[in-house]
Amino acid sequence: MESYLFPFDSLICMLLGISFTVWFTLLLVFIIVPAIFGVSFGIRRLYMKSLIKLFEVSELMLSFVNHFDKIIEKNWFKLMSLEQEIQEMRRGSAEPEFDMSDIFYFCRRGVESIVDDEVTKRFTAEELESWNLLTRSNYNFHHISTRLTALWGMGVLIRYGFLLPLRVTLAFTGVGLLVVLTSIVGLFPNGRMKNYLSDKVHLMCYRICIRALTAIITYHDSENKPKNGGICVANHTSPIDVIILASDGCYAMVGQVHGGLMGVIQRAMVKACPHIWFERSEVKDRHLVAKRLSDHVADESKLPILIFPEGTCINNTSVMMFKKGSFEIGCTVYPVAIKYDPRFGDAFWNSSKFGMVNYLLHMMSSWAIVCSVWYLPPMSRMEGEDAVQFANRVKAAIARKGGLADLLWDGGLKRGKVKEVFKEEQQKLYSKVLVGSSEDRSRS
Amino acid sequence: MGSTSSTLLKIPNVEVLMQETGFSPAHIIRLHDRFKALDKEGRGHLCPQDFGAIKELAMNPIGDRIIGAFFSPGKETVDFHTFVKILAHFRPVDKDRPKEPNSPEPINSRSNKLKFAFQLYDQDKDGKISRDELLKVLRSMLGMQVTEEQLESIADRTIQEADLDRDEAISFEEFRKSLEKVNIDHKMSIRFLR
Repeated sequence: MESYLFPFDSLICMLLGISFTVWFTLLLVFIIVPAIFGVSFGIRRLYMKSLIKLFEVSELMLSFVNHFDKIIEKNWFKLMSLEQEIQEMRRGSAEPEFDMSDIFYFCRRGVESIVDDEVTKRFTAEELESWNLLTRSNYNFHHISTRLTALWGMGVLIRYGFLLPLRVTLAFTGVGLLVVLTSIVGLFPNGRMKNYLSDKVHLMCYRICIRALTAIITYHDSENKPKNGGICVANHTSPIDVIILASDGCYAMVGQVHGGLMGVIQRAMVKACPHIWFERSEVKDRHLVAKRLSDHVADESKLPILIFPEGTCINNTSVMMFKKGSFEIGCTVYPVAIKYDPRFGDAFWNSSKFGMVNYLLHMMSSWAIVCSVWYLPPMSRMEGEDAVQFANRVKAAIARKGGLADLLWDGGLKRGKVKEVFKEEQQKLYSKVLVGSSEDRSRS
Repeated sequence: MGSTSSTLLKIPNVEVLMQETGFSPAHIIRLHDRFKALDKEGRGHLCPQDFGAIKELAMNPIGDRIIGAFFSPGKETVDFHTFVKILAHFRPVDKDRPKEPNSPEPINSRSNKLKFAFQLYDQDKDGKISRDELLKVLRSMLGMQVTEEQLESIADRTIQEADLDRDEAISFEEFRKSLEKVNIDHKMSIRFLR
């Protein structure tokens, strides 16, 4: 009996051995080597085009009622201001004074915001117009035919059975190489050779990571790429933003020192070229942070700093308030706009819902990450402009280029409380209407 | 209605809810999504802090009162049914609803909308808006922008005009009478799309 099994045993081993070799050779030739040299076979773009065709097919198969209008129509009279609304209220009554019905306005506004508000929806994933065959984006699609389910099933097989293992392998390769190679480069004496090697090593490893996510990126206006002695600012949607930008140019990263795997990567990276890692305690000290950033920027030989001024991940439909810290330093700012195409995979990291590992798993089991990066022309602080105004100007430029809504709201509102000053604004407006008019009355 | 989504089936007593409130299935689903989005910790009910986290509501001068309207006295949580029932007050009045003799008044009737607004004033729920309660509301809506005297004169004038039985307070009937000419449907309705 046992001798009967042996030939099959060795046959299976041989088959396994061959398939592994083939697998790794293909990997090397089609993915890793192009990453090293920064060229592309165009396989990913072909993949993207076929996905688009697939989505079009699924849309035809899908029958659904479009639930994606806003649930309520605010501002019945198209952006009537508070004063106009209250005057409207008063029409027909003799005196413009306080009326018991004035409370209705505030009441209705309040309930409208309970049903739907501008801020909360920026912190949940953007909704899609039609289904992209991922379970996680299936909200309201009720009527799913068997053919579509079959397509979906095939999609699951391809994504989890083929793409995910491939991507995980690449990710490990990329990160591993990053750590090892930057440590080796760190052994070189400081000088042009070291900088050159460090640039090449960083670029290569980031490119492998890009392929690990099947990220298809279109860079626009590369003539505006950030140069040494400046700060690059971009809108923030996910931790992947860093990899996307860093695979096209070399930057000095800024961040807190982490423990664990992240810490290992950070320590290795800083051996090859100067990144700025802060201890937890140092982060609170704004002067210290500003000083280190200015020192770095003043040194022409050091790479441009990459900063995300929103301070937190937003869902890529809008740009929220920029923190003014990086705009106070007084050097050239290179704005960059990043816009993801949500059809292929949602890149937004909802840190309150998903942890990092879960998020990466989501990323690697989506179809692809497709995004566009626009390099905007450099901006500097103008005469008589303070840091906040400068920050808002840069933010508006980024929002315009990326086609995102430009919001006043602070990303920190995700976690913090609204400032009293907003409530006072409303009270001021209302009192002007009331008291202002009673003064007129007493005068007449 | 042929296709029912699995979400709709997950909500208990959803048929009764739709009947009582007049919301369509699509609305219920959207409100359920909103409920879940507000219920960040996934407890299945909302507490005052969940409402407080809505920034636009925190900015509203009478935000606290509106939040209070969702919680019955003594209760600290709001479940989905109560949430929807309260929001139903703000549905536009159904003009062509047949008047069945024994059916209860719909939640979004003119009278019920007025009752909702009344309770925003009448915090101690004694059925009357006292001078003090009126002053408190005025103070919330006007903040520090007016003096105490101005507030008091506004309050006195309002009570004088509305208080018909001269008991220095405004009852619900007096409230309703003073707002006879006001288009309640327009001011106290939100247009829910689809």
